[in-house]
Amino acid sequence: MKSLLHGRMGTAAGFTLGAVLLLGVAPAVLPAFNLALLGKFLCFAIVAVGIGLAWGRGGMLTLGQGVFFGLGAYIMAMHMKLADASLFGGSGVPDFMSLYGSGEVPGWWEPFRSPAVTLLAVVLVPGLVALVLGLAIFKRRVKGAYFAILSQALAAAFAVFLIGQQATTGGSNGLNGFRSFFGFDLKDPNNKLMLYMIAAIVLLLSLAAARQLMHSRLGELLVAVRDQEERVRFLGYDPATVKTVIYVVAAVLAGIAGALFVPLVGIISPADVGVIPSIAFLIGVAIGGRATLLGPVLGAVGVAAAQSSLSSTFPSFWVYFQGLLFVLVIGFMPGGLASLPALVRRRRRTPSAAATHEAAVEPAAAGAAAPSPAAPDPVSPTPAAPDPEARRKATTSEEVSR
Amino acid sequence: MTTPTLLPEGEPQAGGLRHGRPKYLEVRDLSVSFDGFLAVDNVNLNVMQGDLRFLIGPNGAGKTTVIDAITGLVPASGSVNHTGTEILGRKVHQIARLGVGRTFQTASVFENLSVLQNLDIAAGSGRGPLKMLRRRTSVEPAVEEALEIIGLEGAADKQAGILAHGQKQWLEIGMLLVQNSDVLLLDEPIAGMSQDERSETGELLRRIAASRITLVIEHDMDFVREYATSVSVLAAGKVLSEGSVAQVQADPKVQDVYLGTSGTSGTEGH
Repeated sequence: MKSLLHGRMGTAAGFTLGAVLLLGVAPAVLPAFNLALLGKFLCFAIVAVGIGLAWGRGGMLTLGQGVFFGLGAYIMAMHMKLADASLFGGSGVPDFMSLYGSGEVPGWWEPFRSPAVTLLAVVLVPGLVALVLGLAIFKRRVKGAYFAILSQALAAAFAVFLIGQQATTGGSNGLNGFRSFFGFDLKDPNNKLMLYMIAAIVLLLSLAAARQLMHSRLGELLVAVRDQEERVRFLGYDPATVKTVIYVVAAVLAGIAGALFVPLVGIISPADVGVIPSIAFLIGVAIGGRATLLGPVLGAVGVAAAQSSLSSTFPSFWVYFQGLLFVLVIGFMPGGLASLPALVRRRRRTPSAAATHEAAVEPAAAGAAAPSPAAPDPVSPTPAAPDPEARRKATTSEEVSR
Repeated sequence: MTTPTLLPEGEPQAGGLRHGRPKYLEVRDLSVSFDGFLAVDNVNLNVMQGDLRFLIGPNGAGKTTVIDAITGLVPASGSVNHTGTEILGRKVHQIARLGVGRTFQTASVFENLSVLQNLDIAAGSGRGPLKMLRRRTSVEPAVEEALEIIGLEGAADKQAGILAHGQKQWLEIGMLLVQNSDVLLLDEPIAGMSQDERSETGELLRRIAASRITLVIEHDMDFVREYATSVSVLAAGKVLSEGSVAQVQADPKVQDVYLGTSGTSGTEGH
């Protein structure tokens, strides 16, 4: 299948195959319960597409995608709660508000009564939040582990905030008990099928968008920024702009995925948006192969499927298994399962000694920085070091003054 | 071989272009201090377009730091004027957009990208968002020309990471050309090169320096003698001497610095 995916025809074929599998085969073969489950996995896969771009191609370890997922999800959930209240209760006040709060709808909920505003907000709110955050973080040159910690802290803070607002966000119960989705009855199997189809179509569209981005000039520049951020500045680019754009794209994808998650799964709570789910998003991406297009998607679906089947059989075992898988992949296969074919190919080629050198370098494109095989220069390759001159071999005594 | 856009006819000469209004890089009272240590101490430099200026000096003299300061990598005081525009105090990418380009001691190309992609990125800092979101469909004329100038036409689709050491340096020089830099700051471009690669690099420098403001840091005095049209000597953060190679070598202060600190004289090799 991998060789099929080369060239323009191959891409079209691969895309069609994916569409047939997701939109044709899966609904025909899977029972309704499993189809809904697959729909949920597809939501995670949409988040994974964004993480693949931001982390795999852009080097931004986004440990807090739960925030954007949660923003999209809660916006959709608020709309559905309000719509249900108007349709079925008549009062227009969601049930939990009468239970825990004053029985009045807070002002900031009101805009989400409108379906149009909701759909716009699902895209715009995560996008704008990511834009402001991205500019603030990347312009200040916060990167690497600091960026990861910051984004994770954000996810933790977001979950804590939601839990604290029992009367307006449902607290740790979250928002649930939805009955309709834009006027469609959620109990109707046909409507459930429609929701699954929407998720599948959105996934296919986001894959197409991610592919275009990866192969665009911006995608090439992004890899350059990932590998040598400081070098890019000397070519006249501000890496912060490039990173922010991709961060926003990843956030919007996560937001849309969250909005689809709510009607498919029927609940959104702080447990779905905090630190642990944010890390879980990442694990699938790492296992599948973060720098590739399909790796994150297959990884996310695979891990989610394994989790739901294994955790029902061995409830306490799954967490350890997940941790072990993560350690193994990061330790022995940093490029994820997507790098497996290349690894195998390299093994096979090893006997023909002449060719190995070149072959060893090529697959490294998918993983972290490639070793420079031909450089006889022992000096460290960081251009940003303020005084590389001092590292030259000591030929004069003036060296000491540095 | 000669091409109109990147390589106008001509040879570099001392003092630079004699006609028209040559561009210039004027460094005045440039100082850089690291935690109280003056790495660069009131340096003055004046390089004209068409002059192939070499910056030499013992290790630790502050040569790379001068380039770091000009390109905005380290904060500095004083003034750096590029043909009427003050560039000191601006951000690195803004200075690059004003036509000041540099290479690094250790060639730093994007190893996971192809030679062509490297050049295309270097050529593109002025591209609009729509162009950025589209694919690279054709090779820009400037990129094609640069490939020819640096002799990597045959390696356009090779991954930059597997290039030979010398080729990486040439690729970096090619990136400067397509970047449209009129100030070229080259940090030891021939370090670690074979003899053949050195002379090829020297010829390359001669060709591109005729129409640009070029400042090259170099240790190898044979190379300096062969290709420099003018030389500045830096020692302990200060400009010690300036002039032609012969003038500089005859300067007692220069002899003192080189002979007084190590027995290798000016011709320390690699």
